[in-house]
Amino acid sequence: MHILEGNAVTKHFGGLAAVSHVDFAVDPGQVVGLIGPNGAGKTTLFNLISGALVPESGTIRFQEAAITGLKPHLICRKGLARTFQSVRIFPHLSAHANVQVAALFGRTDRRSVAEANQETVELLEFVGLSGLESLPAKDLKLPSQKRLEVARALATQPQLLLLDELMAGLNPTEVAGAMDLVYRIRDRGVTLFLIEHVMKAIMSVCDRIMVLHHGEKIAEGTPQEIATSRAVVDVYLGE
Amino acid sequence: MLQVCNVNAFYGKVQALWDVSLEIHEAELVALVGSNGAGKTTLLKTISGQLRPASGNVEFLGRRIEGLPPHVVVELGICHIPEGARVFPEMTVRENLDMGAYPLSAWKQKEKTREQVYELFPLLKERERQLARTLSGGERQMLAIGRGLMSRPRLCLFDEPSYGLAPLMVKEIFRIIQGLREQGNTVFLIEQNVRRALEIADRAYVLENGRICLAGACGELAESEFVQKAYLGL
Amino acid sequence: MRTHRTILKSLGGLVLLVLAMALLAGLPLYASAYTVILITSILMYIILAMSWAMFSGPTGYISLAPAAFFGVGIYTAAVLGLELPLPLVILLAGVGSFCLALLVGGLTLRLKGIYFVIFTIGLVELIKNLVLWYEVTFTGTRGRFVVPVDNNTVYHVMLTILVLLLLTAYLIRRSRFGLALQSIGEDEQAAAHVGVNVNPLKMIVFAVSAVFMGAAGAIMATRWSYVDPYIAFNPLFSFMAVLMAIFGGLGKFYGPMLGAVIIAYLEETLITRFPYYYMLIFGLVLVATILFLPGGLVGLAPKLRSWTARRERAHPGG
Repeated sequence: MHILEGNAVTKHFGGLAAVSHVDFAVDPGQVVGLIGPNGAGKTTLFNLISGALVPESGTIRFQEAAITGLKPHLICRKGLARTFQSVRIFPHLSAHANVQVAALFGRTDRRSVAEANQETVELLEFVGLSGLESLPAKDLKLPSQKRLEVARALATQPQLLLLDELMAGLNPTEVAGAMDLVYRIRDRGVTLFLIEHVMKAIMSVCDRIMVLHHGEKIAEGTPQEIATSRAVVDVYLGE
Repeated sequence: MLQVCNVNAFYGKVQALWDVSLEIHEAELVALVGSNGAGKTTLLKTISGQLRPASGNVEFLGRRIEGLPPHVVVELGICHIPEGARVFPEMTVRENLDMGAYPLSAWKQKEKTREQVYELFPLLKERERQLARTLSGGERQMLAIGRGLMSRPRLCLFDEPSYGLAPLMVKEIFRIIQGLREQGNTVFLIEQNVRRALEIADRAYVLENGRICLAGACGELAESEFVQKAYLGL
Repeated sequence: MRTHRTILKSLGGLVLLVLAMALLAGLPLYASAYTVILITSILMYIILAMSWAMFSGPTGYISLAPAAFFGVGIYTAAVLGLELPLPLVILLAGVGSFCLALLVGGLTLRLKGIYFVIFTIGLVELIKNLVLWYEVTFTGTRGRFVVPVDNNTVYHVMLTILVLLLLTAYLIRRSRFGLALQSIGEDEQAAAHVGVNVNPLKMIVFAVSAVFMGAAGAIMATRWSYVDPYIAFNPLFSFMAVLMAIFGGLGKFYGPMLGAVIIAYLEETLITRFPYYYMLIFGLVLVATILFLPGGLVGLAPKLRSWTARRERAHPGG
């Protein structure tokens, strides 16, 4: 059973095909990577999956149920969470409040404020932000803001987490820290679907990788297969 | 060409730069590396006029420029390409580029410069009439860099040019930056991709917690244990 | 973790509040008729400012519709005042405003920023002209007389509405929905992605805020005794609500209340001395607040604190 499955998903913007007849499948427990040149449609695909955009044609199924066209908050409550490429935390709310909101609203079962608080504290610790919980999110440095966004997404208790360029702007040491976080999230039982440009990370962390170019899927396979694929090297990796 | 002397700068009440000094000579490629939040962007903003230092001075081509408003600094020939792909979202790609040539001296050569930018970034030519907000993150980054180059600067300040770019584009960007230096331009580069930055730069400074803690030729720095541990993840 | 200081502070605050309520409740007993009328006006403005801030504060959707809901309340009293007992009239005014706000909210809260503001301005004009057309066409009059109610009753009703409003606003603010409203104001799409059902929440809070505006309008109408669409749907009420809330400051719960008290009292004094210029003065106050003190009066204390801290650092030891 695939935890996430898409068939011929298509979306146009004006005359341009941002995503064109893309099929994809993610199995539970996996870490799947999504790579491709800038403008290939990766974030658009995530937007279609998370409900931020509605596909023109094609279907998307999450845990065997169709989610195409559902509103984002409903998809979230079904157990699918995401982070954003441009780190969209709630800047004037404290780090704690950022996560707490998600803990209170992101699930189908209603949590008391005390329970949500408890979870918030645990999650902030899990991502390494304890001690910073009362700071307004805008005052955190970029790597911490990214971790906060991850904690916020995890507060909705997802079975599947979409991470959009978690490692952008991080130096190699910070990238190693982020990779460690990815492994720990996977160990919690969350399936991961990642967009990344940091090759080192994607190659070591992913079980499978999908490649988009001009809105179409041009390759799919293990990291090894992708690294040696002629098409991918020409269009994305270079040298 | 550029001299920064003992600059102290604040972000509101927090001191971001402590007694920072560095220099950049003509036709050099100098890199600035350091952790997120170390103050690198603050330093660039101080040079480009967006921030006024509390003390210290900045000299460009022998002229004191600290505290001058940004548009004057641009006219003098410094171009700051900020991080985060800041483009004008409701303008087309072409209009964004034209805005980059706003200084009078650059405006006259706008057509020619634009063609040169399209040569460097063919993707921008493809998307010439698209609104900038419809571009993907990486495409916007390319546009921001292209727009910066439109001002025909003497000194380019790049803040994380490779942010969010695909590996192939990263190679391209670094090739372009190197090319700029080869054409005689001077470049000051902030990068998280420390390995690559040190590969192409002549010299580099390391900024930590608002202070310059290391400086030297790139070969040396790459070997230094501190750099290896802190930034190269080794 | 609550320290002894914070517990004492909240206990102290509670005591003060109870004291103030008792004083206010008994006002007609010891104050002059003029004072009662003045305080009634001030209470009305507090209601307008606080209910405006209940929705527009956290979400950032600047609504200029209070005049519409206030006016609906006024007209409910004018139309139903003869036939129904006062409490029912007030209730229906609140319900009527609620329904209007739900309808309007459903249609327009999808509009981004400035478009929403402009629509709410237009809404006031629309309703005013609709009512005018109806009155002229079917009722044959322009204005209406409202069944008068004695000043002390008006005062007590207004006070009751205010207390209910404060309770509601406080509960919302402290609840998970208050947090959700703030997250909507910060980043609506990100809020949706963490499970906040954005549209219904916006609509409902917007409608709840309108209830109190309508109720206040209904009781205020009984004091004016003659109303017409121009009096009832006066955009000035929207403007005053926004001015008071922003001047007082949206950062703290009591900010709009503070702003309302000061500005309402100022209006009372200025309107006699500068009947033509007092609005100009208020306009300048709004501009000055936004330019120099965007956090309003409640933002003044933190600003002063950081300003003195900076001076300390520059010249340590004075």
